[in-house]
Amino acid sequence: MPAVKGDGMRGLAVFISDIRNCKSKEAEEKRINKELANIRSKFRSDKTLDGYQKKKYVCKLVFIFLLGHDIDFGHMEAVNLLSSNKYTEKQIGYLFISVLVSASSDLMKLVIQSIKNDLASRNPVHITLALQCIANIGNKEMADAFGQEIPKLLVSGDTIDSVKQSAALCLLKLIRNSPDAIAMSEWSSRIIHLLNDQNMGVVTAAMSLLETLAKRNPDEYKGCITLAVSRLSRIVTSSYTDLQDYTYYFVPAPWLSVKLLHLLQNYPPSVIVEDAGVKNRLTECIETILNKAQEAPKSKKVQHSNAKNAVLFEAINLIIHMDCDANLLVRACNQLGQFLQHRETNLRYLALESMCLLATSEFSHDTVKKHQETVITSLKTERDVSVRQRAVDLLYAMCDRTNVQEIVSEMLTYLEMADYSIREEMVLKVAILAEKYAVDYTWYVDTILNLIRVAGDYVSEEVWYRVIQIVINRDDVQGYAAKTVFEALQAPACHENMVKVGGYILGEFGNLIAGDPRSSPATQFHLLHSKFHLCSGPTRQLLLSTYIKFVNLFGEIKPEIQEVLKNENNTRNADVEIQQRSIEYLQLSKTATTDVLATVLEEMPPFQERESSILAKLKKKRPDKVNVNLDRHPSSSPILPNATAQKTQEQMMANQSSPVNGGGTSDLLGLSTSPPAEHGANPSSYSGVLIDVLGDLGGDASKNSFSAAAAGGGDSVASGAGGGIDLLAGTVCPEDTFNKFITKNNGILFENDLIQIGIKCEFRQNLGRLCLFYGNKTSFTFVGFLPEIEPDESLTSSLQIQMVPVDVTVEGGAQKQQVINIQCASDFTNIPTLTLHFQYSSVPQKFQMKLPVMLNKFMEAAQMDSSQFFQRWKILSQPGQESQKICKAQNPFNADAIKAKLLGFGLSVLEGIDPHPDNFVSAGIIHTSSHQIGCLLRLEPNKQVQMYRLTIRASKDGAAKRLCDLLETQF
Amino acid sequence: MIKFLLIVNRRGQPRVKKYYENFKQSAVYEAEVIKKCFLRGPSECNFFDHQSARIVYRKYGNICFITGISEDENELGIWEFIHNIVETLTEYFKEVREIDIMLNIDRVTMILDEMIANGRIIESTQSRILAPIYVMDQAVGK
Repeated sequence: MPAVKGDGMRGLAVFISDIRNCKSKEAEEKRINKELANIRSKFRSDKTLDGYQKKKYVCKLVFIFLLGHDIDFGHMEAVNLLSSNKYTEKQIGYLFISVLVSASSDLMKLVIQSIKNDLASRNPVHITLALQCIANIGNKEMADAFGQEIPKLLVSGDTIDSVKQSAALCLLKLIRNSPDAIAMSEWSSRIIHLLNDQNMGVVTAAMSLLETLAKRNPDEYKGCITLAVSRLSRIVTSSYTDLQDYTYYFVPAPWLSVKLLHLLQNYPPSVIVEDAGVKNRLTECIETILNKAQEAPKSKKVQHSNAKNAVLFEAINLIIHMDCDANLLVRACNQLGQFLQHRETNLRYLALESMCLLATSEFSHDTVKKHQETVITSLKTERDVSVRQRAVDLLYAMCDRTNVQEIVSEMLTYLEMADYSIREEMVLKVAILAEKYAVDYTWYVDTILNLIRVAGDYVSEEVWYRVIQIVINRDDVQGYAAKTVFEALQAPACHENMVKVGGYILGEFGNLIAGDPRSSPATQFHLLHSKFHLCSGPTRQLLLSTYIKFVNLFGEIKPEIQEVLKNENNTRNADVEIQQRSIEYLQLSKTATTDVLATVLEEMPPFQERESSILAKLKKKRPDKVNVNLDRHPSSSPILPNATAQKTQEQMMANQSSPVNGGGTSDLLGLSTSPPAEHGANPSSYSGVLIDVLGDLGGDASKNSFSAAAAGGGDSVASGAGGGIDLLAGTVCPEDTFNKFITKNNGILFENDLIQIGIKCEFRQNLGRLCLFYGNKTSFTFVGFLPEIEPDESLTSSLQIQMVPVDVTVEGGAQKQQVINIQCASDFTNIPTLTLHFQYSSVPQKFQMKLPVMLNKFMEAAQMDSSQFFQRWKILSQPGQESQKICKAQNPFNADAIKAKLLGFGLSVLEGIDPHPDNFVSAGIIHTSSHQIGCLLRLEPNKQVQMYRLTIRASKDGAAKRLCDLLETQF
Repeated sequence: MIKFLLIVNRRGQPRVKKYYENFKQSAVYEAEVIKKCFLRGPSECNFFDHQSARIVYRKYGNICFITGISEDENELGIWEFIHNIVETLTEYFKEVREIDIMLNIDRVTMILDEMIANGRIIESTQSRILAPIYVMDQAVGK
């Protein structure tokens, strides 16, 4: 039997070997139950157990627990062991407590008491055990009990190193679990200086603590940057003998170096390089690390190179994080390039992953591209799927207009044999790259059709919706697309997605290739119809729509199509949508005149350009990995303006889903005037079918108004499914947002999908300055950007508003700032309105919002004592000078909140004037350039009925009422 | 940071489990991770993503060390640190077999606690890791 270290517990050894010898799960179960019964009886019996026996049984319980069984007794015995003076007994006790006692247990008080005793003892081993227990459990109670003591232990000069190490980690745990229980600010500088500690173990432990603290409170711990850099510098430049036992296979303190490099990544690059000395020193360090990677290894052992490379990768992470030194970035990239062909799979994996990040930096993007061949090779030859996945990620990240054709074709080739797990993601990536960097559209159409051919099952709706959107929006590619799908459909077996795309495109643009006898109308129809019976319901629905479009496009095949529509398989199909379509289309083809048909079935209007839906899908799939190259070149916008997913899709859905009622044309036309919202409101969507009669009709009707709106740039007349979907939505800043600004000066004034408008106001006496921040949330430039103040006659005499002009364009993702200066000449009631015009993707947009400029903004708080207050209160007793309101409270009564609101409103809060403690009394003066208005306020909340009475008196007629109106909404 | 550390025998039974920072997972989760590690061949890399954690594992004969780490942790560093753990255990036990770990679970736990706390590496030097444990062994008189 192998040796048991420490004082051998024979019983335990026997039990363990019994368990190991168990042949079956049942036997093991039986043996454990027997043992549990034994231990239970031992604990219950009157005979007092000695420390050794207790330890033995508690140890067995821990072992049984680790085997995966629940333990519901023995806790008390374990706690008893804590007070033992024998190390092993104490240690087993702590072990049990750490793994088995939940933080909320009743025993926690006893445990804490034992820990207290151990911390007070002078024995470092006991202290360490106690600290480790705190580090393992670290609940709120412990934070309260030890929050003061542990930081002292950590920074004290008397504490021995190993205890310091435990204390650092212990503190880390307590801070993480209950950040408020411990006041750290008084310790910050001493904790930072632990980085200079003689003992590297203490530094290592302190680093973990420091990193958490620095993350939480970067400014307070900013001093650690300098110390960390100089510590790092001392480590990397030291020869391996300097650090004695912290050298691991000739690499000086690898894990500490990693931590130091990691700590720096918590600070933005600008902060790290603030001090030129620090910057130079850090650059030197990183260069040394990179140089070492090129030197001949000091040891042939794999441990040496692993440790060295761990540091190297962390250094490269830091280089990427700083993203400012082109030289370093290129060196990092070349270093990773070497790893791409390394025989260690681990290194290849990590190199691909880090290179992905390098590809996003403008400095190293081109250098990364040099390794394209290698990456493609590893995509083909790598045996590990997770490495291949990284290679795909990297190809995606390094792609741009110069290499897109090659990369996409390689990815398509690989797709045929790719693992099923990554196919869908690859399809999305290919689709995005093809669209984003397409040099010409014929290539784009070819690529997507290839994609469907190669991996049809993995092509999601978003992908084929997108190709249709693009074909519809670009008339130069429509003929080519029709020809290509026609050819693709001739393959004996083609994927259903291909039939969908083919059906849709031929239905729209089949006429463009009908002149060629090889693709005559009848041939087109027969080709499509030959697939009809092999397809699922949604595809058949789509094909039926294509047929009715053929009726319009090619009159000569009308009888043939009517035959199909008449077919009982369709008119009596179990799928009600197919049934409905075939019957209604048949009726339509019979009754409608050619003109009506042509109107009803006109070409689809262009889709509004928005962000690509494919991108949204990929983001959903891999939220962390997508952004990689999308924001890299903000200046070079893709040739196809991206288009938003949801909306366009919604639009498509709306088109599909609208119920075709009746079949009478008048009915259909009547519906066509309904606004888009109604379409969107009933998305009883049938997936897969793009269009039906009504969709066409709605689209068509709206096309006219849409183009009118686009051309005239007018006041959001556009309505209808085709365009301007949210032109009207949210154009006016909602009232409750506005009310927020009565007592506040900063915040978000307006926000929707396109734009965010923030505001920052300053008022002084009768002058005000507003700073508006217009943030473009899309990736496209807004043009004709024009904010202006609505003229308002009632305001012209009382407010002088002067706007500093702002640039007429706002780039995608950019923010523009505008300053508005306001001077108050006399009191006023109306509120100035800001109107904002701009064009987004050549669709005019108009938003209106109230500016938070109210009478109370020009008020300044006034202080007075009780006699002054009452004297003035009495003077202001004319009827027009007082205004009183009794209102229901909207928020629970909270004295501090009310006080804050009053102060925010511009009033003072005067204490000790009103005899009732719950009431508030305030005073303020409104400054205008012509006169001043004194205001007094009394607010009496009634908690029981949740009501309050607000009384305001002001020296000018009407002002009190105005203030009262403003303030009543606030409580 | 390190989210968990499992020491698993050849049959996939965990012998030591250490979870850090409330990352406690079900037995099913453990079983999935262990299975994935065992299915990977020698030519595959030792890191992969599983749900919210990145798994780094290293096999030694009958024993497999599996750790789950957070995104920002240095994979290679942890991978080598596992080796450091093994070397330290070897130094203490002379030979590390499943049975040694099982019989001395308390010592193994102590050694791990000396090396990792709260999911952070605190000590990497063998002599320093083992010093308190030797002190304890002496006190017991063995």
